[in-house]
Amino acid sequence: MASTLHTAGSKIWQTLASIKTGVVLLILTVIVAAAGTVILQRPNTEADEMQAAYSPQILRLLDATRLTDVYHAWWFVLLLFLVSCSIIAASIERFPNAWRFYSRPYKRPDESFRKALRVQALVPVRDEDEGLAAAERTLKASGLKPETLIGFEHASLFAEKNRMAEMAVFIVHTSLLLIFLGGIVDALFAWHSSIDLTQGQQSAQLQLKSGALKTLPFAIRCDAAGRENYPDGSPKKWWSKLAVVENGRDVLTKEITVNDPLVYQGVRFYQSSFGSNGKVDKLTLNAHPNQGADPAKPVAMGQGETVAIDADTTVQFAQFIPDYVVSDGQVYTRSAQAENPAAHLIVTSLKTGKRVNVWIPPIEGFDQTAESPYRFDVQDLKMGYFTGLQVSHEPGQWAVWGGVLLMGVGLGFVFYLSHVRFWVMPVRDARGHTQLWVGGMANRNRDAFEQRFGDVVEKIKLELEAGAADVEQEVSALAGD
Amino acid sequence: MARARAEALHVAPSSTPIVMIGLAVAAMLLMAFLNVAKSGNLLNETNLLYASLIFYSGAGALYLGFGVTGAESYVKFASLATWAGLLANTGAVAHRWYEAGHPPFASIYEMLLSFVWTLAVLTLIAEKKFGVKVIGTVTMPVAIVGVVLMQLLRTEVHPLVPALQSTWLHVHVTLAMLAYAACALSFALAMMFLIKDKVETQTFLAATSLCTAGIYLAVLTRFEKGGGLNVVGWNAEQKSEMFMAKGMRLYVTIPDLGWLMLLVLAAVTVPLGLYALARWKKNEAFLAVANRAVFLSLLLQVLATAFFVLRAKDGQYGSLDAEGLFATSLAASPFILSGLVGGVFLSLMYLLLLWRRTDLERLLPDSDALDRITYKTIAIAFPLLTLMIAAGAYWANRTWGSYWSWDPKETWAAITWLVYAGYLHMRITRGWRGRRAAYFAILGFAVVMFTFFGVTYLLPGLHAYA
Repeated sequence: MASTLHTAGSKIWQTLASIKTGVVLLILTVIVAAAGTVILQRPNTEADEMQAAYSPQILRLLDATRLTDVYHAWWFVLLLFLVSCSIIAASIERFPNAWRFYSRPYKRPDESFRKALRVQALVPVRDEDEGLAAAERTLKASGLKPETLIGFEHASLFAEKNRMAEMAVFIVHTSLLLIFLGGIVDALFAWHSSIDLTQGQQSAQLQLKSGALKTLPFAIRCDAAGRENYPDGSPKKWWSKLAVVENGRDVLTKEITVNDPLVYQGVRFYQSSFGSNGKVDKLTLNAHPNQGADPAKPVAMGQGETVAIDADTTVQFAQFIPDYVVSDGQVYTRSAQAENPAAHLIVTSLKTGKRVNVWIPPIEGFDQTAESPYRFDVQDLKMGYFTGLQVSHEPGQWAVWGGVLLMGVGLGFVFYLSHVRFWVMPVRDARGHTQLWVGGMANRNRDAFEQRFGDVVEKIKLELEAGAADVEQEVSALAGD
Repeated sequence: MARARAEALHVAPSSTPIVMIGLAVAAMLLMAFLNVAKSGNLLNETNLLYASLIFYSGAGALYLGFGVTGAESYVKFASLATWAGLLANTGAVAHRWYEAGHPPFASIYEMLLSFVWTLAVLTLIAEKKFGVKVIGTVTMPVAIVGVVLMQLLRTEVHPLVPALQSTWLHVHVTLAMLAYAACALSFALAMMFLIKDKVETQTFLAATSLCTAGIYLAVLTRFEKGGGLNVVGWNAEQKSEMFMAKGMRLYVTIPDLGWLMLLVLAAVTVPLGLYALARWKKNEAFLAVANRAVFLSLLLQVLATAFFVLRAKDGQYGSLDAEGLFATSLAASPFILSGLVGGVFLSLMYLLLLWRRTDLERLLPDSDALDRITYKTIAIAFPLLTLMIAAGAYWANRTWGSYWSWDPKETWAAITWLVYAGYLHMRITRGWRGRRAAYFAILGFAVVMFTFFGVTYLLPGLHAYA
């Protein structure tokens, strides 16, 4: 019983670790992900749009199979989980071999290895030590650090570079798993929200995209906000000055712009929009007396406020119409944007109690400026505005960025680092002459390596000739004595 | 002596077209100069673009001449012309950059500008470093099409909306352009491998027919009842597409153009049908007819493209969604335009293969080398794709508050990445070489094309800018 369990387990393991399973899972992922871009997805689509696009039966079917929210469906998560398992299993299955290869490099080639190696050459030498010395000098000159291995019969050389390249695949796979891990953490713990703040407003309450309410352990306050425009009127920059308030104290202030968020305790505040709330922050007027030669008096007031102009007269900012239009004897607004603003003032005399309606601009049929003791002209109109912030908390993103960096390194190793190995060993041919067997191997870019190998062999030969010439010179010098 | 004379004789006839092309380029430059002399401003963007068009055309003609005759002397002059074109192109990019104050990646026009520049650089690299001389035959016509498209699209400097003012955007788009250009190169190399590897010409016939049919099918998703073709309205004052509401474009209907497109769809599908018939009946005679049908469909495609350009260039058309007449412009339909021009180009390439196959094969490096270079190009493209996605995610995180939101463009970028990852795994662990690898590389590029064009054109999403 135990053995059948064991075999079943190992069978599952083998299946999971096989490249075939990996490819099938990848193809499935691709198909499902592609389907999610073709079928309308609930998170990005309004409910009525969904209903307009599909018939009720089909929509029910799509909803039941979670095809309307593919990327958050349990089976998609399961699929990604299986992909992760397959990567892990395949890596674990292949790791011991690769690790042996990495941790215990093969330094002394035996005869069968020497026969089978694809890239090799034989260099005739007079003497073992002389040949090995020449080879060592050559390898050193080409940037390698050859080590000499003492054997029973004779010494041999081994040199290598970039052994790390053998581990590169595991680095890439680990980085991918790290990215997945970040994604899973965020799928479970991340939240997104958006909030509109007017100047001076403070809030710690957030309505999450999921619909739930969340109270932050600190509050965010908007101190100022604004927009800058290009000459043609299109937006150039939106900014907000934000303050983080914790226990009644400002702990952090920052001016954020569209690509530069504020981060506090892992919660990120992004500038996402900016707009007028249709209310007036401050209206500045000059009041000119209709009679007498008194100079004009400046008046400033917010919406709904009443201000005294002189001892007898007060003016009230009764109404503000941001985008006015007159129809059927009434004043309406078309939008909340201050496109075509009108202000309704009420001038009251305290003594007589007479109230006069003044409209700026003077809308015919409504404006009674002629009866008012003052004429008004507008100096300045400051609109109230709100700043639209996106708020998000994604604790898994550090795993993602770590994974991305690791992947960059890993891919660099995979594609641009070649594990290069050279072996040099003196051998005897059939006639008993000593020869230097030189072998080489590279795990990528083999053509370039073959060229390099050829160069190294040529240089060893040159080195040997130079050595021989030195010896001859010495001999002749001795003979000359 | 005699041999030298014979060689001189051999060279003489092939140098005549070079001289003619040189004269043509000189004549066009002279005309351009006269034009400029009148207006007085020599080094502005339009003139630089015009100059690069002239040089690229010359280079394209010379590369094509090399492709047809195989005379080495063509290549020398062709690279010279490419260098000159690249110089002018660099000037145009620099001018644009200086004037706009940001790298030229913000609009489809600016992206084309950068793409053509990258393509010219890669062509010269492939030619000088890898010795793939015939590559210009493929890439230069693409560059010419790119420059022509640019002449048709808007050229005004458009200010960047706040979301696009980020260094990360520029990193993201630069990487995307480089990666896509490398993918395009790997595709061209894989095709050359298939040619060299004796894949039958009729297979290319079927593929060409299938691709052009795909293009016209995609265009016909905009078919409107009554035979019209829907295109996006164009607001000439704001130099932008017309919107009914946020994210909802206003479509106008060009009457009767839908029927024409339907006709062309039928015409480009005919060769495929004939190919199937030839395979089924095992009768080669159908193939001869199919080849003629390709030629005919090419003529029809040119006609359809011309009609589309004429009618969509400027004009007022009615809309189904709103009352009144609305303007449109070619700038509002860059994808339809690229599709149509791409279809013409594809059919032309097929006919070149049909008529000059032996010459082409003679000129290509051996198939092993092509296979290897294809892999090397993908080994460059894949890390670039990875970094492109990473930079995009980082930018999205700074702008939208989320590094991954399963937007269609993101999803398809991930799919592209997976396809190339599949290619690398099959090649490295399963030892896929040759044809299977080449088909895989072609599939990869098809996905790239869909991500670049198809997603923007067919699927809605956040990437409204590109």
